[in-house]
Amino acid sequence: MTAAGIQSYAAYVPSFRLEHEELGSALTVRGGRGRRTVASFDEDTTTMGVEAARRLALGSAAPPSIHFATTAPAYVDKTNATAIHAALGLDHRGFAVDLAGSARSAVGALRAAAAGDGLAVLSDLRSGRPGSADERDGGDGAAAFRFGSGDGALAVVLAEASATAEFLDRWRAPGEQASRQWEERFGLEQYLPLVQDAVARALAAAGVEQADHVVVSSPHARTAAQVAKRFPGRTPATPLAIGYCGAADPGLRLAAVLDRAGPGETILLIVAADGADASVLRTTDAIATGRGERARAGVEAQLAGGRALRYATYLTWRGLLEREPPRRPEPDRPAAPPSARAEAWKFAFTGSRCRACGFVHVPPIRVCKRCRTVDEMDPIPLAAQPGTVATFTVDRLAFSPSPPLTNVVVDFDGGGRYTLELTDGDPSTVAIGTRVETTFRRLYTVEGVHNYFWKARPLAVGRDEDEEH
Amino acid sequence: MASNGIRDRVAIVGMGCTPFGEHWGRSADDLLVDATQECFASTPGITVEDVDAFWLGTMSSGQSGMVLSKPLSLDYKPVTRVENFCATGSEAFRNACYAVASGAYDRVMAVGVEKLKDSGYSGLVRSNVAGDGTAPELTVTAPAAFSLLDPAYCKRYGVDPQDMRDAMTHVAWKNHRNGALNERAQFRKEVPKEKIAASPLVAGRLGVFDCSGVSDGAACALIVRAEDAYEYTDRPIFVKALSFVAGPANGPMDPAYDYTSFEEVVRTAKDAYAQAGITDPRTQIDLAEVHDCFTPTEIVLMEDMGFSERGQAWRDVLDGAFDLDGRIAVNADGGLKSFGHPVGASGLRMLFECWQQFRGEAGERQLADPKLGMTHNLGGRPGTCVSFISIVGKEQG
Repeated sequence: MTAAGIQSYAAYVPSFRLEHEELGSALTVRGGRGRRTVASFDEDTTTMGVEAARRLALGSAAPPSIHFATTAPAYVDKTNATAIHAALGLDHRGFAVDLAGSARSAVGALRAAAAGDGLAVLSDLRSGRPGSADERDGGDGAAAFRFGSGDGALAVVLAEASATAEFLDRWRAPGEQASRQWEERFGLEQYLPLVQDAVARALAAAGVEQADHVVVSSPHARTAAQVAKRFPGRTPATPLAIGYCGAADPGLRLAAVLDRAGPGETILLIVAADGADASVLRTTDAIATGRGERARAGVEAQLAGGRALRYATYLTWRGLLEREPPRRPEPDRPAAPPSARAEAWKFAFTGSRCRACGFVHVPPIRVCKRCRTVDEMDPIPLAAQPGTVATFTVDRLAFSPSPPLTNVVVDFDGGGRYTLELTDGDPSTVAIGTRVETTFRRLYTVEGVHNYFWKARPLAVGRDEDEEH
Repeated sequence: MASNGIRDRVAIVGMGCTPFGEHWGRSADDLLVDATQECFASTPGITVEDVDAFWLGTMSSGQSGMVLSKPLSLDYKPVTRVENFCATGSEAFRNACYAVASGAYDRVMAVGVEKLKDSGYSGLVRSNVAGDGTAPELTVTAPAAFSLLDPAYCKRYGVDPQDMRDAMTHVAWKNHRNGALNERAQFRKEVPKEKIAASPLVAGRLGVFDCSGVSDGAACALIVRAEDAYEYTDRPIFVKALSFVAGPANGPMDPAYDYTSFEEVVRTAKDAYAQAGITDPRTQIDLAEVHDCFTPTEIVLMEDMGFSERGQAWRDVLDGAFDLDGRIAVNADGGLKSFGHPVGASGLRMLFECWQQFRGEAGERQLADPKLGMTHNLGGRPGTCVSFISIVGKEQG
């Protein structure tokens, strides 16, 4: 039997950073040094999961399943993985499921995906009460892993072991804004023996004495620190200035190690969240291929960028500060039947191209705008297509959770035009001719319905150079 | 585009127009009664009983012909309610004219009304069809959509943005100046250019003074066959052309569209001039009531209507070509800028200015013996809109 392996992986780190110093000065407390990542007002765990997964460039190799792990699902009583499935433009045949709850869901998603040659999407958005450690030390982000038992895996799973116990370390009742935690020392004493046990069994099963790299992820900060000290890797761990990212945390940290690991190296992944799970992986020769490219889009590279956020803006985005809305009606809630009919368009940004004249229609339409030929259209996916700003405007009247709203008219490379909202960009730097790419976002939420659609953001530096001309 | 037109076949013999403004104390019903009563009071030969049929334009102040029949307590008359975005009032007029021209009715009234100030919001509020939540109209406001004209126009014609800003300012200044002379206008004050140029930004470079206001109002017109016109008034006005198109909405999808023109307006202008026998609009048209929803719109319209060469309208505007004493008086009554834009009423309000000008009743705004006038509405946004143009004249032939 061929061992399950990671065929490809990708991380997504949102653009915004909250400096601890800024947090401290806003609340007149000692913020300390460091920063956390913050999802934009138009992002949630589903959109970040899409952003990570679409970087895998799945192409025609559609995964048979998606396991989506998060502690902050955008919906409950409705699967969120289906929106990820739709946004990736995957075939209807296939499985998509959420593992929503605690950070340990991440391990569940990874194991289920490994067992079924599927896709694991780990995404999280961590909050806490203003001034809390959860707020300061949390982070937002996502990672995606495509498993397969075929050749070409970047890393294979050698062994896994788990230990489980019921104890109260942290908890949150549904609907509550912030989690609560028991005394820190109690959690530490519960976790350490479980970790010790799981790690020992995993290493023994893998026949590995000391791993080259060790990844530790735990919502219990002291446990994470102690475990890292007790099980050092041969290669010293590089600290990531990201904050603890919940269910996405093990994925982001594993991705960061894969970004720099060489062939034939072992990785010990330890997750201590309501128990302990240890996995031992070994990289293959394939990891040497495309390493530079992966590093350029890697976790550390993404963390190196980013825009500083004011604390008041952070609070507004998290819904912790209710601001005066513009004197405009709320937009209408998207209706279920039209949204379902438009699945390929709304979720996967698929237009239509006229077979007779080649004109690209965004959104898809049955009668050609140029030659009026009827029902001779092919679907054309545009989500991966960069484009150029034809013209733009800053709208100070429009309804937006973060006014003003910038609209750009985008002409896509290879044809097609659409008006999109600009996000993650500094409006003052937009000009006619600015290069942009699409990103999956939440336009607004009305009556509990999240209006998912695409926006434009300034093209990541280096993306144009990667294109073949 | 083929249209035979109805040149000189129908005439307007009576009109009414309420003051436009924030009518907190008056309902849409009140405004309809006010406008129609004014019309009947000034047209002694016709009572409401004599009107064979009605066309009512309203975008969002009610549905069905009963919006009119109920407040007017009409005696079981046909009332057709129409809606066509910002051309709604003009659309009521257009279809009323065709009803008379067809011979189906002898006397028809076109009425338009809109009650916008009851919503509590700024700007237009419209109800959308249930959708998938992806249409840009859901999040892009009208001022933002029209603000796209400004940078696109500057880029295409190499116009210095400051010159364009000055031209936009001149449009607002001119229309407010005209409106100051109009007792029915919502805003009756001249506004200094410095104040216009420095007004708080709404979208792009459009400030508050680059946008038309929001108001309530109603207006109406009585239409009869041209040969019967003098039975009802000694100074009827004659319909020379009616042109309307609903665009295919290509602009937002077509990379070839550059946001410097409204093809819908180009087509309706061409058609209307052909119907009216106009060969040189610049010298033949005396006044034009155009859809100045936002200041750059009026600049682009001057080119689409053939009043200016391409890329030159900004200059003509600054030279005063469209001032009250210019070569064509554009928005002599103050335009949407001074009246606001109660959607169902605006088109008929524009005709009311032609009516007053041709009859010599325009007071301080009176032009010297105008003969031909145009009214125009644009509904939608650049690249995706409807356009209406009428040509009306003082005389037959």
